[in-house]
Amino acid sequence: MATMTMAKALNAALADAMLDDERVVVFGEDVGQLGGVFRITDGLQARFGDKRCFDTPLAEAGIVGFAVGLAMSGLRPVVEMQFDAFAYPAFEQIASHVAKLRNRTRGALSVPIVIRVPYAGGIGGVEHHCDSSEAYYAHTPGLKVVTPATVEDAYSLLREAIDDPDPVVFMEPKKLYFSSAEAELPARTAPFGKAVVRRAGTDATLVAYGPAVPVALEAAEAAREEGWDLEVVDVRTIVPFDDATVTASVRKTGRCVVIQEAQGFAGVGAEIAARVQERCFHALHAPVLRVSGLDIPYPAPMLEHTHLPSVDRVLDTVARLQWDDQPDERWVAA
Amino acid sequence: MTTTPQAVRRASPRTRRPATPAAPDPSDGLLPKSEPVRLLNPDGTPLPARDDYPEPPVEALREMYRRMVVGRRFDAQATALTKQGRLAVYPSSRGQEACQVGGVLALRDTDWVFPTYRESMALTARGIDPVEVLTLLRGDWHCGYDPTVVHTAPQCTPLATQCVHAAGLAYGESYQGRDTVALAFIGDGATSEGDFHEGVNFAAVFKAPVVYFVQNNKYAISVPLSRQTAAPSLAYKGVGYGVPSEQVDGNDPVAVLAVLNRAVAHARAGKGPYLVEAHTYRMEPHTNADDQTRYRDAEEVEAWRDRDPIARLEAYLRNRGVLDDAAVAAIAEEAEAYAAALRDRMNAQPEVDPLSLFDHVYAEPTPQLVEQREQVRAELAATRAEEGDA
Repeated sequence: MATMTMAKALNAALADAMLDDERVVVFGEDVGQLGGVFRITDGLQARFGDKRCFDTPLAEAGIVGFAVGLAMSGLRPVVEMQFDAFAYPAFEQIASHVAKLRNRTRGALSVPIVIRVPYAGGIGGVEHHCDSSEAYYAHTPGLKVVTPATVEDAYSLLREAIDDPDPVVFMEPKKLYFSSAEAELPARTAPFGKAVVRRAGTDATLVAYGPAVPVALEAAEAAREEGWDLEVVDVRTIVPFDDATVTASVRKTGRCVVIQEAQGFAGVGAEIAARVQERCFHALHAPVLRVSGLDIPYPAPMLEHTHLPSVDRVLDTVARLQWDDQPDERWVAA
Repeated sequence: MTTTPQAVRRASPRTRRPATPAAPDPSDGLLPKSEPVRLLNPDGTPLPARDDYPEPPVEALREMYRRMVVGRRFDAQATALTKQGRLAVYPSSRGQEACQVGGVLALRDTDWVFPTYRESMALTARGIDPVEVLTLLRGDWHCGYDPTVVHTAPQCTPLATQCVHAAGLAYGESYQGRDTVALAFIGDGATSEGDFHEGVNFAAVFKAPVVYFVQNNKYAISVPLSRQTAAPSLAYKGVGYGVPSEQVDGNDPVAVLAVLNRAVAHARAGKGPYLVEAHTYRMEPHTNADDQTRYRDAEEVEAWRDRDPIARLEAYLRNRGVLDDAAVAAIAEEAEAYAAALRDRMNAQPEVDPLSLFDHVYAEPTPQLVEQREQVRAELAATRAEEGDA
C-alpha cells in the first residue's frame, strides 16, 4: 500500500496498459513531452517512445477521427481531450462514428477507443474549462461512459476501459486528480456495470458519481448529527448503468437523493431518479429528489461554489424526504 | 499560375545579380498544374503523351471502360429501383464514371476505400455485391457489406468525416509495417467542412499514405462551387498543408487513372498524402428526390453531354484497335445482365428481424438493452398471437 493521487493512478494505468498491450497508443494535445496539462501522461513518451505516445495537431475532431482509423487498423487508441468543453468539436465524430460503427456494420467493425475527458469544476477554472458533459455522451447509444471517484477505481476502470471491446468515454473529475488515498496497484475493483455502496446506511440512499461522490460521503457523515444514517452509492459506470445495486439500496432505505455536479435539467441524475421511482415505487416513502448544479452556463470561478452541489444543499434536500409526511413546501405553491 | 523557381527570378538581367543557388521554393511540387491534366480530347483523340503522367496500360483502360459501362447501367438501375419503391433514395453518380471507376482501379484489393454516399458505383466497380452496396439505401440495415473483407469503410453520410478516418487507418497500417494505401472520396461541397481540413492536415503531419480524391461535380445539392471556395481550384488547398496536389479533367478516364496512379504510388512509397481534384459534373439531380430545375439550366446539363467520359474512352479504345463493335456489344450485354440480376434480387422483399435492433449496439448488450429486447419480443409475440386469432 502506498499513498497516491488519482492522477498518479491514471498515469500508472496508462503505463501498465501500454506495457501489457503493444497495440495501445496514447495521443492528444500536449500529452507527449509535456505529459499533459494535468500530467496524466507524464513520462509515457520517454518510456515508450514517440510512436506510442505522441502529440497531434490541435484539432479534437481530428484526434477522435484519427483514432477511429487507427482502431480500424487494429490499434487500441487512448486519446485525451484536454478539457471537457474542448471536446465539443469532436462530438460529430463521437456521436456519428465512434458510437455507431459497430452497429452500422452489424458488428463487423468495432472501434475500441478510450476518450479521456478531464471534466467538471471546483478548481477555479475560467470559462470553458469546467463543464460536466457526461449527459451528452450517456445519451448516445454505443458509448460506455465511466467516471471514477476513488484512486483505485481510477486505475481499475481505466484499465478496463482500454481492454473493453467498445468505445469508452472516460470522464476524469478534475477536482479529484490530486486527491490521494492509500492504494495498491495494479488494483482491480468492481467491473463495468457495477455500482458500489461506499457507505452503508439505513435511512436514505444518496446516489452520486464522479466529483459528487466525496460530497455525498461528507454529507452522510454530517447527517449523523441530524440523526440520519445515509447510504452512499457510487454509480462509477453511467453506461452501463447498474439498476440492481441502486434499486436494492433504495428498496432498503425507502428514500433517495440523486446528486450530480452537472446542471440538472435532462441530466444523468434525472434518468437515475426516473429509473428509481419506476422500479421502487412501492418501497418509497418520499419522492426521489435531486441535487445538481444550477441550470446555468458554468459560472465564473468566484461564483462556482454557489453552483456546485454542497454538503449543505444535500442535507437540506435530505430534510425534504417526507420525514414528517407533510407536503413539500417547495412544490405546494406550484 | 506557374511554379518558376525563385533562383531564376532573382537572376534576371535587370537586377544584374550573379546567379547564386537559392533555397528551393517550398511550394515546389505541391501546387497543381494551372490547368487540369488531360490526356484525351473530349472526342477521344489523344493529346501528346507526357512524362509526368504516363498513360496507363491499355489493358487497364479496357477494363476501366468495361467497369464504367457496367457502372452506368448499375446507376440507372438503382434510380429505377427508387421509382419502384425498392430504394428509399438514390444519389446518382451518372457522368462521374471515370472518377468512380478510376478511384478504385488505381488501388489494390488490400488498399482501403473511404467512400461517401455517392460512391455506390465505385463500390460495385470494386467488386462489392451490389445488393450489399444498396442495403443502406434500401433500408434493411445501414452498411450491407463487411468493411474488413472488402477493405471499404461504410459509405459516409456525415460530410468529410471520412477524411480523418482515412488518415488514421493509413497511418495505423504503416505503423504496423503494411504498405496499405487509403483513398478517401470527397465532394466539392464537403471540402468546406472542418474535417476535410483536419483529415488532410493529420495525414500530412503524420505522413499517412492517403489519397484524397475530390470529385468536383460543381454542386453541393443546389449550392454551386462559387459558394464553397474562393480558391483558384480545390487542388490549391493542398499547398497549405504541405501536400502535393493535382487537378485533372474528371471526364477524361485516361487522365484520371494516370493521375491517380501517380498519387497512389506517391503514397505507397511513404511520401505522405496526395490531393487530387477531378473536374466533373453530376448529370442527375442530387438524388431522385431533388429538383435540379430550381438551380440549374437544362442547357448547362446538355453541354456536359458532349464531354461524356464513356463515349470518350470508347472512341479512344476503338482508335487504338482494342475495342470493336463485338466487344462493345458484349460489354453492353454484360451490363444488362448485371442490371437484370440486380433487379431480380432487389425485388425480393428483404427479411428484417426487429430483435436484431439490439445486436451490435455493444459487444455485449447492457442490462437495459436486454430488458428492452424482452419487451419487444413480448410485443411481437402478442402481435403474432392476435394475428393467429384473427
